[in-house]
Amino acid sequence: MLEGILLGLETAFSIQMLLMVIGGCLIGTFIGMLPGLGPMSIIAIMIPVAISIGDPAAAIILLAGVYYGAIFGGSTSSILLNAPGVAGTVATSFDGYPMAKQGKAGKALTIAAIASFCGGTIGAVLLMIFAPALSSVALLFHSAEYFALMVVGLSAIAAFAGTGQIAKALLMTVLGLMLGTVGEGTMFSLPRFTMGVMDLQSGLSFVTLAMAMFALPEALFLVLNPPKPGSRKAEEIKNLRITREEAKSIAPVIARQSIQGFFIGVLPGAGATIASFLGYAVERNIATKDEQDQFGKGSIKGLAAPETANNAACTGSFVPLLTLGIPGSGTTAILLGALIALNVTPGPRLMIDEPQIFWAVIISMYIGNFVLLVLNLPLIPYIAKILAVPRNYLIPYILFFTLMGAYIGQNNATELLLLVGFGVCATALRFADYPLAPLLIGFILGGMLEDNFARSMQLYDGIAFVGQRPMTMILLAIAMLLILLPSLRSRRAQMRRKGVADGD
Amino acid sequence: MALDRWIALILLGFCLIYGYAAWFTMDVGLAPFMKRNPIWPSTFPKILSVLGIITSLIILLAVEKGEQKVSDIDYRRLHEYKLGQAILLLCLMVVYAMCLRPVGFIFSTSTFLIFGSIILGERKWYFVVPIALIATLFVWYLVQEVLGIYMRPFPGWLGG
Repeated sequence: MLEGILLGLETAFSIQMLLMVIGGCLIGTFIGMLPGLGPMSIIAIMIPVAISIGDPAAAIILLAGVYYGAIFGGSTSSILLNAPGVAGTVATSFDGYPMAKQGKAGKALTIAAIASFCGGTIGAVLLMIFAPALSSVALLFHSAEYFALMVVGLSAIAAFAGTGQIAKALLMTVLGLMLGTVGEGTMFSLPRFTMGVMDLQSGLSFVTLAMAMFALPEALFLVLNPPKPGSRKAEEIKNLRITREEAKSIAPVIARQSIQGFFIGVLPGAGATIASFLGYAVERNIATKDEQDQFGKGSIKGLAAPETANNAACTGSFVPLLTLGIPGSGTTAILLGALIALNVTPGPRLMIDEPQIFWAVIISMYIGNFVLLVLNLPLIPYIAKILAVPRNYLIPYILFFTLMGAYIGQNNATELLLLVGFGVCATALRFADYPLAPLLIGFILGGMLEDNFARSMQLYDGIAFVGQRPMTMILLAIAMLLILLPSLRSRRAQMRRKGVADGD
Repeated sequence: MALDRWIALILLGFCLIYGYAAWFTMDVGLAPFMKRNPIWPSTFPKILSVLGIITSLIILLAVEKGEQKVSDIDYRRLHEYKLGQAILLLCLMVVYAMCLRPVGFIFSTSTFLIFGSIILGERKWYFVVPIALIATLFVWYLVQEVLGIYMRPFPGWLGG
């Protein structure tokens, strides 16, 4: 491991990489503050830039920097304006905004910055410990297990979607898998579902799909439902200091939430949003009675918990991506797509075949967190000014960057029409409360899922591999349980409720 | 019937068409030697079509009960939102997609940015036009010179 760390240090501390980290964090922070542009949209927009860099280590470091920056930037706008730019920072606004209203905006931003820094850094330490162990286990896996593992990943994403949402998330996953079958597959060079259109021969571009699923609907939502005028302007920000007692009271919160957030982030499908809500809920439950009353009214613990958890979860979500090649969230799915475009296949072999990439990413996480802290503390008052960009200017530019992102990757105007078409469909799906991340994850995993399925079918001459490999069977059973358990439980709860009502 | 079930119905139709293509039309041109393979190009799509039909039926028949959640925008009151602006912007995007190649990057992009702001209700010409021009030239320079991706700057008849 020490060797790897040294290699990572060597790669990550070159001038180019340092510039990438700093640039990524800055871009992420600034765009992340704009309401409606989450890390997924920002990373999707940055992909063409990252891909054209050519060096996979530099590209993923840039994108990872953008990712942390976006999460941090999102917390700035949730604290100052109660307008969370990112789903992962919604919980931050519960206590951050009340603090800002009490004139403690500076303190709130400082706590957010420090909590993010600790969460990210502790997360990176945990990643360093757990990723190598996980990847050595993963080397025992064959194509049959890979197939089963991806099924588990996809069903976990559906299972974590929440009550009443599982079927929708499943349908979206299947739809993503279907879209992934368009074009020529790798196993059989036979065009499928292209309807004779030449431009579809190479399949749908994932950048186009990512833009259409996330950036475009966000922008359209901003157009449809403009924020009410008269929402608070950022007031003067002063008094950044935290007292010693305050530091003492949030230290255990940060320690607990770093670890909890990290492990939630590792689970496929959970990610920063769930980690932050869960972190908030847990800290609220274990706080003393007096402190509990403070939650929601400007409690520093209530601010530190989600901020720590979401940053630790961001780091945690890199574990399945780097070790198994399975993205746990929409954002890491986009990162995976970018890596594949750069000819790097994340998975258990990554650590062995390209250790410089693996370790450089981990080391860059420390640098990224440090850069975020250094950049943000002094910049906080100025950063908030960007929120004042009028929407009339902002939206056309967001739309333009989405279009450019899709165009630059393919140099093909058909791609732009596909983008608009899919974007409209995605907006309709969002109206009806269908989750869109499963669709993109399904699309990205689809190719690999089918390849592994086809390989094991060929090796075992049919579907027999499921029975002959116990590991595969166990994994597939887990996948079934993941889908069935939550719906069974909600059904039982419903029956019970019904029973009580009848008794009355 | 709520919107999510209407969408499930549409998706069911999509899955049926997809399934028809997978089950009945894809294997027609399959070479004889490939037919001896345990897996055909159509195997995976066949499985997907079945899964898709099942899940869309579950939503359509409302087997899984969940609380009704209203997303950021309530579609039932869609007309109360700025629907006209959104549709105009989408049309503008389509026009932009059609024009990008024939008209050239600089003209089509600056027009897109200017009209985008105007559609959203901006009337300050002296701000909109220069900002759009500067942004267009900046992005063109970035893409063409820094990233090295060719973008035709002017219409074809100008030799761009």
